[in-house]
Amino acid sequence: MSPAISASTVSRIAANVFKESVRDKVLYSIVLFAVILIAASLLLGQLTAGQEVKIIKDLGLAAISLFGHFIAIFIGIGLVSKEVERRSIYALLAKPMSRTELVLGKFLGLVSTLAVNVVVMTVALVIVLAVYEAMTPEAVRTAWEAPATDPRIAVAAFLILVELAIVTAVAILFSTFTSPVLAAGFTVGLVIAGHFGADLKNFEQVVDSVPVAWIARGLYYVLPNLSAFDVKSQVVHAQPVEALYVAMTTGYGALYVTALLMLSVLFFSRRDFK
Amino acid sequence: MTPGRLPAVPFLFAAGVIMAVAIVLQVKRDRAYGTDVPATQVLYVQSPEVARRMALSFDMVAADVYWIRALQHFGGTRRATSGEKNYELLYPLLDMATGLDPYFNIAYRFGAIFLSQSKPDGPGRPDLAEKLLLKGLKASPTKWEYMHDIGFVHYWARHDYKTAAEWFERGSRLPGAAWFLKPLAAVTLAEGGERSTSRLLFQSLAESGDSDWVRKDAARRLRQLDAMDAMDSLRPLVAQHRARVGGAPVTWPDLVRAGALRDVPTDPDGFIFALEPSTGEVQLAPKSTLRPLPDESPSRRRPVPRP
Repeated sequence: MSPAISASTVSRIAANVFKESVRDKVLYSIVLFAVILIAASLLLGQLTAGQEVKIIKDLGLAAISLFGHFIAIFIGIGLVSKEVERRSIYALLAKPMSRTELVLGKFLGLVSTLAVNVVVMTVALVIVLAVYEAMTPEAVRTAWEAPATDPRIAVAAFLILVELAIVTAVAILFSTFTSPVLAAGFTVGLVIAGHFGADLKNFEQVVDSVPVAWIARGLYYVLPNLSAFDVKSQVVHAQPVEALYVAMTTGYGALYVTALLMLSVLFFSRRDFK
Repeated sequence: MTPGRLPAVPFLFAAGVIMAVAIVLQVKRDRAYGTDVPATQVLYVQSPEVARRMALSFDMVAADVYWIRALQHFGGTRRATSGEKNYELLYPLLDMATGLDPYFNIAYRFGAIFLSQSKPDGPGRPDLAEKLLLKGLKASPTKWEYMHDIGFVHYWARHDYKTAAEWFERGSRLPGAAWFLKPLAAVTLAEGGERSTSRLLFQSLAESGDSDWVRKDAARRLRQLDAMDAMDSLRPLVAQHRARVGGAPVTWPDLVRAGALRDVPTDPDGFIFALEPSTGEVQLAPKSTLRPLPDESPSRRRPVPRP
């Protein structure tokens, strides 16, 4: 394995993954479904006694997160394992590229796909909200907590994307050393555990055992703290999301992804495909 | 046709026919056995904290679902035409919605209005309405609207004007509080139970209402008060006319012809007031959208004991 990493090789692999993902019919159907769901939220809004904008934002952001997670987990675990299953990994490794470049390229390719998805879904959400805003009388609009097309929606969408990058890195990590089914199970489990950060940190409130509480606290630091990326409530209720918070959370995400990718490269480099 | 491939059209047609027969069978079974009647509403998860953890990062959507369920439960029960009106799930549903989304402003405010509505239009639980709003205040301590609404609950549902005034006063001290809270507190303390105070209260609600529904409801209450004022002014006119005609039955056209009125009087929603010809009693039209009017009898003004 060559220790040097060629940016052009990585970007070529990423571009291929992106093209493959975009060509993937499942990916299209998920995006389409998300757009339909956001449009459907307009209809659901009629049931909510004046809370249409909140419900549309809630549903829209939840859909972006949910479908992004599906893409990150189920396409992410296939990035490496599919090559192994198809035995196309031999042809790939025979080319002038390192395993490190392969893992990085695969990761960046899927994150690019996710970025396009998140952007498309966010734009669709904002369009739905803008249409709703245009159709709503001024007197009703003044009572809204935040404007329908609140620019902070982009902040929530951005942090969802950073979270999805972590989930993708987790999926790739597991797919480098285990089967796709197990990798999916492990990734889903880790994503769920990642939302219990505060509970893990304060586990001593639940159990009397000091060692167990310390183990839980250790897990809090080791497991990805995904709940920190969830600012949907603040955005929907027009509460402040400080730029420093976004920067620190993004920084945490970037460092966590880097650590996961290093582990992925390590495991993948030691894997014997004979 | 490729050998081995099944013909599409006959298969699609056959599948469609079978599906249609299945639907017909289902309709007949439902009619025969009533299997399409929804089961009693059940709240599977009762703890907001458990629900919040189960929802992962989808707690806001889960809160919306509980909110919609609360609305449907309240509206469905209120409109039910048979059986006892049971609102027992209303508070748990609102508790779940606000537990999942602690800043769900409208769930607190609507919820309190719903809960404090007296039976049979609501569960008649001002205590739970206050509990819900206090929960909202815990999440947003500077929300003067919740203090205003607690005052409203004490005023309207409990007829406890002193406590209502205290809450209006407390709300008025919060930063950004509406201008009307201070005078409302003073008027409530001095003239609690009077129609003029009720008018001020609903005007304040119409101004502080952060949803179209709250504003419309407050505007309807104000129209009710206008109708009550109008009826109060019509009654002496009718009495005077009856005295002039020796107690004979009267109608609105009689009063118009006699010059006592310029036109047949209507309530603010456009319904002609009902005039009982033999007694001269003036009421809202049976079909008036302003029915039922608030009860202003002296017994209604007595404080309602806390449960």
